[in-house]
Amino acid sequence: MSDPKDNKPVDDVTGVETTGHTWDGIEELNNPLPRWWLWCFYLTIIWGIGYVIAYPAWPMISKATPGLLGYSTRGEVARDIDTFREASAANDAALATSDLATLSQNEDLYRYAVSSGAAVFRNNCSQCHGSGAAGAKGYPNLLDDDWLWGGNHEQIAYTVRHGIRNDADDDAHYSEMPAFGEILEEGDIPVLVEYVRGLAGEEHDATLAASGEELYIDNCSACHGENGMGDRDQGAPNLTDAIWLYGGDRDSLTETITYSRFGVMPPWSPRLSEAQIQAVATYVHQLGGGEVDPAN
Amino acid sequence: MTSNYLKLIVLAGVTLFAALAASWGRDLAYQVHAVLIMVIAAGMFIWVLRNTDEPVRAGVDDNGYMDDVIRAGVIATTFWGIVGFLAGTFIAFQLAFPALNFDWAQPYFNFGRLRPLHTSAVIFAFGGNALIMSSFYIVQRTCGTRLWGGNLRWFVFWGYQLFIVLAATGYVLGATQSREYAEPEWYIDIWLTIIWVSYLAIYMGTLIKRQEKHIYVANWFFLAFIVTVAMLHIVNNLHVPVSIWGSKSVQVFSGVQDAMTQWWYGHNAVGFFLTAGFLGMMYYFVPKQAERPVFSYKLSIIHFWALIFLYIWAGPHHLHYTALPDWAATLGMVFSIILWMPSWGGMINGLMTLNGAWDKLRTDPIIRMMVISLAFYGMSTFEGPMMSIRAVNSLSHYTDWTIGHVHSGVLGWNGMITFAALYFLTPKLWGRAQMYSMSAINWHFWLATIGIVLYAASMWVTGIMEGLMWREVDSQGFLVNSFADTVAAKFPMYVVRGLGGVMYLAGAMIMVWNLWMTIRGGSKVTAPVGVPAE
Repeated sequence: MSDPKDNKPVDDVTGVETTGHTWDGIEELNNPLPRWWLWCFYLTIIWGIGYVIAYPAWPMISKATPGLLGYSTRGEVARDIDTFREASAANDAALATSDLATLSQNEDLYRYAVSSGAAVFRNNCSQCHGSGAAGAKGYPNLLDDDWLWGGNHEQIAYTVRHGIRNDADDDAHYSEMPAFGEILEEGDIPVLVEYVRGLAGEEHDATLAASGEELYIDNCSACHGENGMGDRDQGAPNLTDAIWLYGGDRDSLTETITYSRFGVMPPWSPRLSEAQIQAVATYVHQLGGGEVDPAN
Repeated sequence: MTSNYLKLIVLAGVTLFAALAASWGRDLAYQVHAVLIMVIAAGMFIWVLRNTDEPVRAGVDDNGYMDDVIRAGVIATTFWGIVGFLAGTFIAFQLAFPALNFDWAQPYFNFGRLRPLHTSAVIFAFGGNALIMSSFYIVQRTCGTRLWGGNLRWFVFWGYQLFIVLAATGYVLGATQSREYAEPEWYIDIWLTIIWVSYLAIYMGTLIKRQEKHIYVANWFFLAFIVTVAMLHIVNNLHVPVSIWGSKSVQVFSGVQDAMTQWWYGHNAVGFFLTAGFLGMMYYFVPKQAERPVFSYKLSIIHFWALIFLYIWAGPHHLHYTALPDWAATLGMVFSIILWMPSWGGMINGLMTLNGAWDKLRTDPIIRMMVISLAFYGMSTFEGPMMSIRAVNSLSHYTDWTIGHVHSGVLGWNGMITFAALYFLTPKLWGRAQMYSMSAINWHFWLATIGIVLYAASMWVTGIMEGLMWREVDSQGFLVNSFADTVAAKFPMYVVRGLGGVMYLAGAMIMVWNLWMTIRGGSKVTAPVGVPAE
């Protein structure tokens, strides 16, 4: 590679001439650019030129060059959405007006409702109720058959549509438990706690609990019922089933009775379409605890 | 000396102002910083007062170079490296085990505040000190002259450490601009600007008074790094403080312009801080350690100019499928692809410099670190352009793949070349024949390499997995997974990633011990560098 006419020094190991400069003992070989490197570089440049002709690329005075292919990311997304909407339009229209009680007789539409409802649930409901719908403290488990506001198709759909204790929807479920810390004597609350634990069949102090019956009848039974079975018209939980929304230990119960609770769920109409609400109600109903629909 | 009286007046003024700021400050971070600055300025006031009219030491070594600041830089680089790796390993485990966001430590030590602490500590504290320290070393040697500017070098060194401390404490105390890699608030930005311009002045001054006719390639890269970072830093931090008595500030740009500025900066922090600057290190330490000439002068010219011209446009590839107009995203992607070969030019020039010295791979763990560093550089500069392609990005964006990509670059390329530089410099700067223990370097090499592999592989797996899970739809077009499902699925890979971090950190700890033993003196006899142990 070295030209004998040049007087440039040559590196002994490789036989390549150097540039003749030295910095702190570092020299530089005068190797040419590696061919494959140069050709790859050219290829990427040529590809780049082609790409900026084909796709939107160069900003002009009022807008950018659109590119020969007329591509846009927004157009791509819009097309995807349209394709999906077209494919599901018939099913959605049918679902929006279906009677959910008899939907399972239409096998295809029912299957569509369940997978659509599952997707709606994962995107909108799982943040509170959990991706497996098992709930969390303050957010009801939707897998069991314990329902605060009712568990047939129509009742679930109503709850989804209007929500609970929100200001946004006049038809939202509403009820409010008083904070009994402001109503009862201080010593009464531990007595009530034992009584409620007794109702649920949890370990409790029988003597204290027995003295709590009158307190319970006077203060709690109007909503939770004399037998503690609750009242779905007011969203008053059943206290006898040992399923606790905020915990059944003494501390949690004391807090619940003293300060009350006020669980809120937003209304999902109109954010979700009627078809989506029907679908998610169907999905939740079939998770395990759905109740039988009233016969028409 | 008159200059000392001037210093005393300035320091007294700063102390007084900081005292006022501490009492009028509107938020905790600002007040803590004001107290810190007040204490430092008062301490310096007393120090200057006591040293007035004392003889001044020149700070020049026997070899004629100003190496005192470089010794300090070696120690600072090592210290901040450990801090950054420790923070990174801890937050990796916070992601795997959220309980590590201890309730008692809130809000100061949650993941959200520690993450910028980690990124700034490794990039700017560890990487920045490595760059400043090695550029001071290299520019003196390759220009055959001392640093320009006298004590200005100490102002840059200590000023930069103050910047790091202010930034880090600011994050923990809740002062942040919320800009990726540019989180420090306005007054810290102003301080860094002053430091950086001083750094540029020293560098330019030294280049101007060089004894060599030509400027060595490493210095081109360092100069490109210093100049461009100055520009990036200023434009990206165009903020208006809400009050001079508080840390909060509001950026000048808004919406998509702000996002574009942010990623123009963010990508070029990678391009000019972590690539150009470290290529400067590579261009000196690799030929020195291998004792071979640089492979190709032509390649170094072409790839230098191509790299710095192309890199600056590539930022929009961080904003595919966002509010950013398509044309900008297209240009970002095209420039990223064309950037592939210019990036590889550095790898080729580094690796081919070992022609005639490949046998040293068997005996010299420092060369081995340089080679693995260049290999990771090559890999991540291929992966980057690939991920910039719109279709690939639609899968990779927002996933852990991005995290894996960044870490294969920084742990592999930046980390390894810095470790090699520290092993190269420490014996020379402290006048020792060689590092205390060669086998410890070997341990460091293997721990770090396996750590990187665990890190990068686990993030590829979990990144592609979550990208696929996010887009997975059933036969009717409905999403199959909730977001929480994808998070839960990543758990095992998060643990593997954490273990990779532990190994990388363990290797760095061994290095600290080895550097310490070398500096303390007395060398353990092992196979000398460069001689095959037959």
